[in-house]
Amino acid sequence: MHRKIALKPIALVLFLLSMVSYGKDQHGHEEPNTGKTTEAEVKEYIQHHLKDSYDFNLFSYKTDAGEEKHIGFPLPVILWDNGLKVFSSSRFHHGEAVAEVDGNFYKLHHSKIYRVESPEGEIIEDEHQHPINERPLDFSITKNVVMIFMMFALMLFMFRRMAMGYKLNGRMPRGMGRFLEPIVLYIRDEIAIPNIGEKHYKRYMSYLLTVFFFVWIVNLFGLTPIGMNLTNNIAVTLCLALITYVITTFSGNKNYWKHIFWMPGVPVPMKIILAPIELLGTFIKPFALMIRLYANITAGHVVLMSIIGMVFLLENWLGSSLSFLLAFVLAILELLVAALQAYIFTVLSALYFGMAVEEHDHH
Amino acid sequence: MEKLFEHFSLGLFVWQAVLFIALVLLLKKFAWKPILDSVNSREEGIKEALDAAENAKLEMENLQADNQKLLKEARAEREAMLKDARDMKNKMIEDAKEEAKEASAKLIAQAQATIETEKKAAIADLKAQVASLSIEIAEKVVRDELSNKDKQVKLVESMLGEATLN
Repeated sequence: MHRKIALKPIALVLFLLSMVSYGKDQHGHEEPNTGKTTEAEVKEYIQHHLKDSYDFNLFSYKTDAGEEKHIGFPLPVILWDNGLKVFSSSRFHHGEAVAEVDGNFYKLHHSKIYRVESPEGEIIEDEHQHPINERPLDFSITKNVVMIFMMFALMLFMFRRMAMGYKLNGRMPRGMGRFLEPIVLYIRDEIAIPNIGEKHYKRYMSYLLTVFFFVWIVNLFGLTPIGMNLTNNIAVTLCLALITYVITTFSGNKNYWKHIFWMPGVPVPMKIILAPIELLGTFIKPFALMIRLYANITAGHVVLMSIIGMVFLLENWLGSSLSFLLAFVLAILELLVAALQAYIFTVLSALYFGMAVEEHDHH
Repeated sequence: MEKLFEHFSLGLFVWQAVLFIALVLLLKKFAWKPILDSVNSREEGIKEALDAAENAKLEMENLQADNQKLLKEARAEREAMLKDARDMKNKMIEDAKEEAKEASAKLIAQAQATIETEKKAAIADLKAQVASLSIEIAEKVVRDELSNKDKQVKLVESMLGEATLN
């Protein structure tokens, strides 16, 4: 029993240490391995954490001989470069090697795949340190794509089960459904109906429910040590915001477009001035949705990980334990943020749908 | 902003778009629709049950009110019947009294009439007896004093007149 308890903090420390050593590996800083953590290493690790990766790395460590060991598994790389190229990410050897596929050579640079000319091919950078090498179209199953697949399976399983529960239990939820039903009802009664209205809300329920649970669960997964943060990828939030934008635009009725292009109730010159502003507004709204979700989650991760890094930087018991406490409190705050951002995304989406289908002229 | 663009990954975007839209559609068919339908039907059921209970309560109240009314009516009827019976009893007693009075009055009148008749008969009888007695006396007087008959009759008559007055 005592052993078990003692193992937990040790495991945690080991894990945190492993994160730090991983950061070292990625950028190949040739500093002498003094066993101390530097500020730069923490920064790099955070940078790395926020990026997608081509293999599913659980953790890495350094052997006594200074050799990097990575625990995890490779994922398939799918490229479109004059034909479909599928190969395992293990060929990159964690970014250390050039992968050769059908006579083409590919190299990982800052977690991105570039085409290089030869097996010894180097990345050529311009004066702004941007690589000028060609990048093939990349549809790889990266760590984040694995996460999307997992979410797909998990949500399908969860909510299918919940739906089946109603059949088996005579219109009453059972099991997990008891927990999920109040949330589903909350989204219906407090988000969809007030914002969209009794008449139209049903059409948008599927999207609102899916987006809420998707963002929420993904955010929660992002807080786990596996570190798969979908929502700190601008591509993911852009995709979600774009879907909201497309739904809003396609469900916009006459009244909605009239309010954009020919605002009723104001003088004609104002109408002309307002039209481009309102039109721009339709783009800004989903853009803000995208940035808000992305920035909140990313910022949360950066701050949380910086404070975890401070545990190692402040090498005295007071500073480190205070940082640990702060990190703990912040992690709890992040739990709240995870739900809050999902809620905000859903509410605002519902609000935009509501504007699009609003019928009465209230001016 | 530049960093954002750099960070953007088309592959991830495409996967997210495809899988997310598929997820929305699949969940709509297999999860959200059955869940929301179940919840709706349950809510409808609850509402109907509540309405039914409310109606039952109202009906119950109506029934109770009816019962109360019936009870009141029955009570009133009983009251009326009792009153009728009492009235009838009083009337009968009254009638009986009246009849008895009439009968007794009649009896009294008859008795008086009989007494009167008897009295008259008695007086007549007495008169006859007195007359015969007087005649006897007169005979005796006549036997004794035939000569002075007229004078004697006159005397007898005057004596008789006195006797009648008694």
